[in-house]
Amino acid sequence: MKNEWPLWEVFIRGQHGLSHRHVGSLHAPDAEMAIKNARDVYTRRNEGVSIWVVEANQISASSPSDKGPLYEPSESKVYRHPTFFDIPDEVGAM
Amino acid sequence: MTFDAAMYQFLLRMGDNTLILGHRVSEWCGHAPVLEEDIALANTALDLIGQTQMWLGLAAEIEDKGQSADDLAFLRDAWDFRNLLLCEIPNEDFGRTLMRQFLFDTWHSIQLGHLTKSSDERVAAIAAKASKEAAYHLERSADTVVGLGDGTEESHNRMQAALDYLWPYVGEMFQSDDVDVVLAKAGVAPDPASLREEYDAVLLRVLSEATLTIPDSRFAHKGGRSGAMHTEHLGHLLTQMQWLQRAYPGCQW
Repeated sequence: MKNEWPLWEVFIRGQHGLSHRHVGSLHAPDAEMAIKNARDVYTRRNEGVSIWVVEANQISASSPSDKGPLYEPSESKVYRHPTFFDIPDEVGAM
Repeated sequence: MTFDAAMYQFLLRMGDNTLILGHRVSEWCGHAPVLEEDIALANTALDLIGQTQMWLGLAAEIEDKGQSADDLAFLRDAWDFRNLLLCEIPNEDFGRTLMRQFLFDTWHSIQLGHLTKSSDERVAAIAAKASKEAAYHLERSADTVVGLGDGTEESHNRMQAALDYLWPYVGEMFQSDDVDVVLAKAGVAPDPASLREEYDAVLLRVLSEATLTIPDSRFAHKGGRSGAMHTEHLGHLLTQMQWLQRAYPGCQW
């Protein structure tokens, strides 16, 4: 296991104006090779115009067991959705 | 030598290089040391085979005997092939495969760069497409040669052994003959000998970064691009590559 290359998470922007999207992960010895590997593994069918790679252990993630305190409180707060306003006709489609 | 005869030989040389090396690289498919390299090598092989279709397609057109690129690839015998000997050398280990790729990619990207300015529009168009692929191949193989050369003791030794083994096959790329004279005169392709300086500069830069020593010899095996004599390895490669068309002539799928 010690000889394994580190894991990298790969983000690709599909076209100009869109955000980078997580597409998967791969192994590589360094960031430069991770970008090259990402090019070869994830853009073979013309999927992207830009690649980001981040070493997986540099990503901090929320804990699945905190799901209750993190997300449930917002379930009962419907007033946070902008659905309580009458929109004047002249504004047109929103 | 007529212009068309020289042109046909030149196109076979370009197309056979990419065909034979492409087949060699494809032998790694499913066997590379890690998944990422497996896919990268398969991509390189596919690029090379794609370029072969263009070069041999144009060769067949100029030959004008009703043959297709497929006929040229699958129905010629070893003595008809015009690839550099370097391209047919067996893969051996990953180190030799990548060193062979680097030695070829360096020449290939320089050659294609010149060909984009060819006086023949068809050649220039093929080179324009292929040179982008070759530039990436070179970036990747050079990086890997540096990574492995300047890596562990074992990887360094393997890369040095690969360089020592392949070095005598480098000189053939720069040997000019009467085909080259005709094409250089017409502005279709550069004189091979004129590319050596540029080639050596790239080699010196990358191989010193890789802490590898370039052998002190200019001895060169030859006979591939002229077709005079290939290594024993080409025939074995062809039995694998061509067996289906040989066993089932005209078979399509």
